[in-house]
Amino acid sequence: MTASIVLTLASDVRYLLRIGDTCLIHAQRLAEWCGHAPVLEEDIALANLGLDLLGQARALLAHAARLEGGGHDEDALAFLRDERDYFNLMLVELPLRRGGADFADTQLRCLLVAAWLVPLWQGLDTSRDHELSAIAGKAVKETRYHLAHAADWVVRLGDGSEESMRRMRAALARAWPYVAELFDDDEVDVAAQDSGLGPRSSGLHTPWLQALRPVFADAQLTLPAATAFTSQGKRGIHSEHMGPLLAEMQSLQRAFPGGVW
Amino acid sequence: MNTSNEWPLWEVFVRAKAGLDHKHCGSLHAPDPKAAVQLARDVYTRRQEGTSVWVVRSDQIVASDPADKAMLFDPMEDKVYRHPTFYLLPQAVDHL
Repeated sequence: MTASIVLTLASDVRYLLRIGDTCLIHAQRLAEWCGHAPVLEEDIALANLGLDLLGQARALLAHAARLEGGGHDEDALAFLRDERDYFNLMLVELPLRRGGADFADTQLRCLLVAAWLVPLWQGLDTSRDHELSAIAGKAVKETRYHLAHAADWVVRLGDGSEESMRRMRAALARAWPYVAELFDDDEVDVAAQDSGLGPRSSGLHTPWLQALRPVFADAQLTLPAATAFTSQGKRGIHSEHMGPLLAEMQSLQRAFPGGVW
Repeated sequence: MNTSNEWPLWEVFVRAKAGLDHKHCGSLHAPDPKAAVQLARDVYTRRQEGTSVWVVRSDQIVASDPADKAMLFDPMEDKVYRHPTFYLLPQAVDHL
């Protein structure tokens, strides 16, 4: 077993890892659908979304590794950190194919995350960090498609049969307790905003709601009330689902250190 | 086989770049036109194959009957004079 790496986490690096890890873990969950989606066409579509997110994660982690300056590469960051050193939103680590979750959870999550990423990439487009703005400029095109694709599915299921409507509403009830974290600011957000690195989380709430409202109306979904709970994935505190996810995701690099294609 | 619960079949046409025509590249199942375009994009343009896609419901295509092949197409076999290969072209347009 290869030992874990320990990072020096300046505020900039932490900000990048929050976004990069969210893309990485979201991609990992979507990859679990590969070969299992309800129809072949959507199987390929979900794999495409996952690969887009993985590409975004790779660019962000490679950049974070350079800024961190410890001589690590993006593979080391992706596969050799301990759980508490991942800073993804908790929403994206929750199961999509187990624990009562299903295809409705999958499309809803893609919608919730894409509607969050689009204004984030747009905000990063004017970052003082030119590498980051270049990554965002490419990513926003990909994520706009994710948003459109997921929105159509959410409407199709939410406004579909009685069964699909029931499932989509259940998926929304399962996801909603974890959305408060998407807009929860702390000192890393404030530093990023003040230094011109990128937008703070709370600033994404209004555009996120604007993107969701028409979709929810068509899907006959009601925006649930805010929850008292705020998950803490972005600060490295994860759910019980994160450990098994990382064990699977890291197993190859841990067993065959430095393994490449 | 009961297919009433299955999504309809669509034929997919992809244009590789502006100025070229859309070429038939395959088919897929999709619930509606919008999904058909999205899934065509996801299934058939993953490797930069296209800049535009058309989809059309397969059951909307009227096709010739393979049984009529001899009647419809074989008569053209001995009509080489329909190819414009017997004209002598001026030197300037020799590579037309």
